Amino acid sequence: MPASSKQLVTAAAILVAAVTLLPIAVVAADGMAASPRAVLDYLLRPHIGELLGNTVVLVLVTVPACLVLGVGAAWLVERTDLAFAGVWRVALGAPLAVPAFVASYAWISIWPGLDGLGGAALVTTAAYFPFVYLPVAAILRDLDASPVEDARALGATPFAAWWRTVLPRLRPAASGGALLVALHLLAEFGVLEMMRYQTFTTAILVQYEVSFNSHRGSLLALVLTLLCLTVLTFEHLLRGTARTSRVGRGVHRRADPVRLGRWSPIATTALGLVVVIALVVPVTTVGRWLLAHLTTPDTDAFPRPSLLLTTGSSVSLALAAAALATAMAFPGAWLLSRRRTGWTMLLERATYVASSLPGAVIGLAMITLTVSYLPGIYQSPFILVLGYTILFIPRAMISLRAGLAAAPPELGEAARSLGTGPVGAFRRVVLPLMLPSVLTGAALVAIAAATELTATLLLAPTGTSTLATAFWAASDEFDYVGAAPYAAMMILLSAPLTVLMLRQSGIEQ
Amino acid sequence: MRRRTLITTALTSSVLALSACGGAGESYSPDPDALQIYSSQHDNLTQAWAEGFEEQSGIATQIRPGEDASMGHMIVEEGAESPADVFLTENSPAMTLVEQNDLLAPVDDSTLELVPKDRRPSSGNWTSVAARSTVLVYNPDEIAESELPESLMDLQKPEYQGMWGAGATQADFQAIVAGMLADQGEEKTAAWLEGLQENAEIYKHNVATMNAVNAGEVPMGVIYHYYWYRDQAETQEGSGNTKLHYFRNGDPGAFVSLSAAGVLKNAEHPKKAQEFLAYILSDEGQKVLETSGSKEYSVAKGATSDPDLPTLESLEAPAIDPVDLDSEKVTQMMTDAGIL
Repeated sequence: MPASSKQLVTAAAILVAAVTLLPIAVVAADGMAASPRAVLDYLLRPHIGELLGNTVVLVLVTVPACLVLGVGAAWLVERTDLAFAGVWRVALGAPLAVPAFVASYAWISIWPGLDGLGGAALVTTAAYFPFVYLPVAAILRDLDASPVEDARALGATPFAAWWRTVLPRLRPAASGGALLVALHLLAEFGVLEMMRYQTFTTAILVQYEVSFNSHRGSLLALVLTLLCLTVLTFEHLLRGTARTSRVGRGVHRRADPVRLGRWSPIATTALGLVVVIALVVPVTTVGRWLLAHLTTPDTDAFPRPSLLLTTGSSVSLALAAAALATAMAFPGAWLLSRRRTGWTMLLERATYVASSLPGAVIGLAMITLTVSYLPGIYQSPFILVLGYTILFIPRAMISLRAGLAAAPPELGEAARSLGTGPVGAFRRVVLPLMLPSVLTGAALVAIAAATELTATLLLAPTGTSTLATAFWAASDEFDYVGAAPYAAMMILLSAPLTVLMLRQSGIEQ
Repeated sequence: MRRRTLITTALTSSVLALSACGGAGESYSPDPDALQIYSSQHDNLTQAWAEGFEEQSGIATQIRPGEDASMGHMIVEEGAESPADVFLTENSPAMTLVEQNDLLAPVDDSTLELVPKDRRPSSGNWTSVAARSTVLVYNPDEIAESELPESLMDLQKPEYQGMWGAGATQADFQAIVAGMLADQGEEKTAAWLEGLQENAEIYKHNVATMNAVNAGEVPMGVIYHYYWYRDQAETQEGSGNTKLHYFRNGDPGAFVSLSAAGVLKNAEHPKKAQEFLAYILSDEGQKVLETSGSKEYSVAKGATSDPDLPTLESLEAPAIDPVDLDSEKVTQMMTDAGIL
């Protein structure tokens, strides 16, 4: 790449990082506005200890559970002789189409006593494990058998061969997935509120409800940011530095599937259980309420916003956010793939921090900013889309990074040496290779944006209601029947995007 | 694969197109000519008022929903730039907050005269438009009527540990505590909050509390009356196993909370805003409370409430001037007690 365009990309990446860090700067300034004494008094309370304990315990239960489920399921589906692998492959990724707070609404409506850590961990694990399963399955599906065979030939036991040749190649995918799960857990609100499980995020929302822009809420958000930085550091250590792209596939050979034998029924039952918990229960419950909605005559005392209108706003906002997030993630992902230095990694990581904060915190910071400095865009759709982008840009980033890894720099250089210009090389070589990942990333952002709740409540232009806010308003009054159409529409909208993602994660590697 | 991708994309975009068509008739962007209503009142009530007003006056309205305290603070933060013309609340402390920041215009005298003096603040900067009463909901299978506390203050006693629930993080409940603070003073209220922290199960809001009592998770709950009456009138899913206990005798547990309406000083449409308030307090506007199934009390002179409810006068509420309800102090005290 010529020096000038490289500088341009670097400048763009820095700008993007700065935009995503801006809300955090606002929060920090607000939290620190109180005297150090008041800050300490507030933070060193037993209540904060409780919140910290709850948050950490939830992460420590759910992340390993997602790793075990995700890697285990991926291995069973991709590397064994499991029957109907194609069906399982789809069914295990499909829970992504069910927003976590919709799943918790389904669970709480059939099992009202399900709350606390158990309920929270059950629902979040079921909702989030595909973040691990999908990337790991993609790697396993196409893994070259020869390193394992080499290791075996050199005298390693089957397990040691797997441990030393397969596991290191799974590490980036699994740890990336685990990172997404952890960040989601830190920011999760809807599920935990329904499960009466208090974490920093639910406490921040309480602070916001009692006093809008309080120093206390900001202080909690700062603690949450520290937790996020801890998670990021942890993931960095877990990830390792294995390179997953190959130049030329050579004598690439798929490994023979492992025979399950008498383990087969156990494996099938376990996967079946996962699918029932993560997919069948939420979807059938929503379907049941929807049926009730359709069959009861209109005796509704609560006028609800029209389904088509809310769907329209949700879809357009989600598509706008997907486009903006992909565009904004590009410079950072490109720099990182071409030049992996501490500096570029910092730029990339910076964009992750905001995503661990609850939407409400980002929303509030953006309100503060726009009210004071940009009244022209206050309560405009743009500011909402930017809020979504800041929250969900890591999803685009992680996918783009994978896509660029699939298009190693050598290929672009080869095209250049054959006389193609830099733009031509990008368009004809790099873009086709990374397009699937771009679409996957955009789909992930769109799904998240279409179902985001707390930032939407704050930032949506007056008169705009989305599926998520309309659903929440109804479910908040335990009006399951009234909430069902919005829940069903969110699942329906996420479904094609999820299918797209499932397909792409198959092509990608 | 590529073909399938195309199909998926086509599918997604057709959904988009479909919804865009469906939405064409209705607007979902801010309308500069419409009366901007910031409302933390229940959606159904606000909608009913807005629709009735639109029909009668031909003036378009747009509603921004929110929660009492956060919306009050939001208006304060927006200050003179606030797009709001009218602010509607569930409880009055959020309105008092906006008033203290000098952001309210005086309500037209003709409108104020529609409401008895003891149901509005002496300042005249806002008015009540509806009212709700504190009640104790209980499950007779879990606790006998004879064992019920005589006063709300009794709930701090050790014998009620684990015996009651409340939506303590919500403005509804905080208004009740603000009433207690105004009536009983700081010391007694702080002690009661300690008792709450010890004794109570914290639920998300009134409905969750009532459902928990109904399900036998906890024997009693402190809520507002109309959630119970509404559920009784509908499916009774959340209240079928429960009864109501009224404290009366001017007890802090008989506190009546006023829903408030005010016009913003910097409103774009001040005249329309005053007209809207006048409409809510007119016979037609108050009739909405009586007949829509909202089960909140009407407050205007001569207006009658839903016949299912005991009359507002029979509740023997403590006499408290709404300007004395200090929500900021209450949240500070609840934070100190480790509840928030």
